[in-house]
Amino acid sequence: MFDRLTRRQTIAAFTLAATALTPLAARAEDTVKIGVILPMTGPSASTGREIEAAIKLFQAQKGDKAGGKKVEVIIKDDTGVADITKRLAQELVVNDHVAAIAGFGLTPLALAAAPIATQAKVPEIVMAAGTAIITEASPYIVRTSFTLPQNTMPIAQWALKNGVKKVVTLVSDYGPGIDAEKTFVETIKAGGGQVLDSLRAPLKNPEFAPFLQKAKDLKPDALFLFVPSGFGAALMKQVVERGFAADNIKVIATGDVTDDEQLNNMGDSVLGMITSHNYSADHDSPENKAYVAAFEKANPNMRPNFMSVGGYDGMALFYGALDKTKGDTDGTKLVDAMKGMAWTSPRGPISIDPATRDVVQNVYIRKVERKNGQLYNVEFETVPNVKDPFKAAKAGK
Amino acid sequence: MLTILFDGLAYGMLLFVLAVGLSITLGLMNFINLAHGAFAMAGGYIAVVMMQRFGLSLFWGLPAAFVICAIVGAVLERTLYVRLYDKSHLEQVMFTIGLVFMSMAAVDYFMGASPQIVDVPKILDGNLELGFVSINKYRLFVIVFCALLTVVLQLGLSKTRFGSRLRAAVDDARVARGLGIDVTKIFALTFAFGSGLAGLGGALGAAIFSLDPQFPLKFMIYFLVVIAVGGTSTITGPFFASILLGVADVAGKYYTPEIGGHKIEIGGFVIYTIMVLVLIFRPQGLFGRAPGK
Repeated sequence: MFDRLTRRQTIAAFTLAATALTPLAARAEDTVKIGVILPMTGPSASTGREIEAAIKLFQAQKGDKAGGKKVEVIIKDDTGVADITKRLAQELVVNDHVAAIAGFGLTPLALAAAPIATQAKVPEIVMAAGTAIITEASPYIVRTSFTLPQNTMPIAQWALKNGVKKVVTLVSDYGPGIDAEKTFVETIKAGGGQVLDSLRAPLKNPEFAPFLQKAKDLKPDALFLFVPSGFGAALMKQVVERGFAADNIKVIATGDVTDDEQLNNMGDSVLGMITSHNYSADHDSPENKAYVAAFEKANPNMRPNFMSVGGYDGMALFYGALDKTKGDTDGTKLVDAMKGMAWTSPRGPISIDPATRDVVQNVYIRKVERKNGQLYNVEFETVPNVKDPFKAAKAGK
Repeated sequence: MLTILFDGLAYGMLLFVLAVGLSITLGLMNFINLAHGAFAMAGGYIAVVMMQRFGLSLFWGLPAAFVICAIVGAVLERTLYVRLYDKSHLEQVMFTIGLVFMSMAAVDYFMGASPQIVDVPKILDGNLELGFVSINKYRLFVIVFCALLTVVLQLGLSKTRFGSRLRAAVDDARVARGLGIDVTKIFALTFAFGSGLAGLGGALGAAIFSLDPQFPLKFMIYFLVVIAVGGTSTITGPFFASILLGVADVAGKYYTPEIGGHKIEIGGFVIYTIMVLVLIFRPQGLFGRAPGK
């Protein structure tokens, strides 16, 4: 009796307080809000934390004014569950009247919010998710992260150039993994190479041993790997255990596997591994040096990874669009302003393809090396201005 | 082929150490402890902390994980679990699943959400090349260690005084009490021991799987499948079930049969298929006692 009454009263009090506060905040005319939905807890929490840190850094560096208005960031945690993402997107649009929604740690999460962006005519800035089709789900989606085909094609081309003839692929069995597999297999086949087998491990699979053993038994020249950010360390541990180097099998991957955030924990056994990706914390440019220094100062014991850069550039995109529209928050105008925008990001020059609203950027081939006592992905080749190959192929037809 | 068998065996042995504590509490004490995985996770993190913060080797991490998890288990049993022994199974499930979520949030808060890496001791690092087959030393260690543990457990339960008291307490707690057996104490000790084993399994497994706050949920399904297939209340049941499932899981992911030119990925569901088949033909589990004892 006692329990129930107080609990109900508390909930009622909270609800009242919440409803009383919301309109106050929403009424401020000169404030533009951007709702950022991220997995702050759960298995993809590292993505959320990197992006949150980058967004805070952006606002600390560039101020909170854009297009003559004050920009307010609302961060919500969807725990990596698509249903929650959708609900949060709805709440942000309907209750908080946000000018844009952003974030989206995984492909299903970005897709879940797409219908809301379309119906409400609110820009959806994808800062992390990497499946190629995402930007096709709504004309209001703009992406600042990367696409898997974009990051995969260069490593496949690099492999062909370096004498790799027979390959095996091993990817996580979900959207981005299948994108990576498809791109890698097509590029290798087009270049006259041979694909011995394409293996797919369940996303939530703690035991990679059978897949790796099979890859090893097929004796390819190279094994291509993709797992999403956060799963790389576990995979590499088992890769090293299997001893591919002894059999002269090259292990190559997209940079998701040697994620900057986890790289240091992987140990010397990943030294020399070749990957391709759109960002490395070691990228040699004044913009990146300043970015990494500021990021590490604000977040001790954290290294910015490709997720953080996606978040940082997402904010740059939103600020830039607001400046262009002079503070007009009409969603269609904002998306139009974003199309074709180009700027220098910590990762190098990037732009938004006006036709596909997807990011165009340099992709780098990197090698894991030890620098100042820490492991880094050191870039040694640049493939400039890569467009998403899937959409480029479609446009070419 | 041999490597597959070997990997499966190592995987199965690990599953066994992880799940046997659950089999004991469920089968012997008739208590559904879904939080069992939380103890395993705790064991893994204890090993991680010992190794990363104090620079100790895994050989110290293993006993530490066992002892600390056993103590935590005993404390929780005395303070919380004991109140739920005579409650319905639903209440036990609700309570323990709540514990799982609390433990996950706590680990997330203190240790972070990213997976932790456990380095195996130098002596167990690398592979043994036996000409026809290459064997990972650490996995071999896991197999031998778990096999010894199984023998000790089986002997402990069937040959020692404590074992026979425990079996008596389970068969009929009232009569056992009447004969002067301290049933409460025996249950507390058993529970603590089971939790300790889970912790040990977690620490052993942490060097093979990655360890993150999702561990209890990821492995809960495996535990329950082991118990369902193996039946409860014996050591041998879950043991053979674990081995069977470990080997089947690994082999199922290695071999992808082709039917009509299409590759069929059986890896994901082969263990569930086994579980369904076993439950159809032997609902009490492979080695379980027939119902209505």
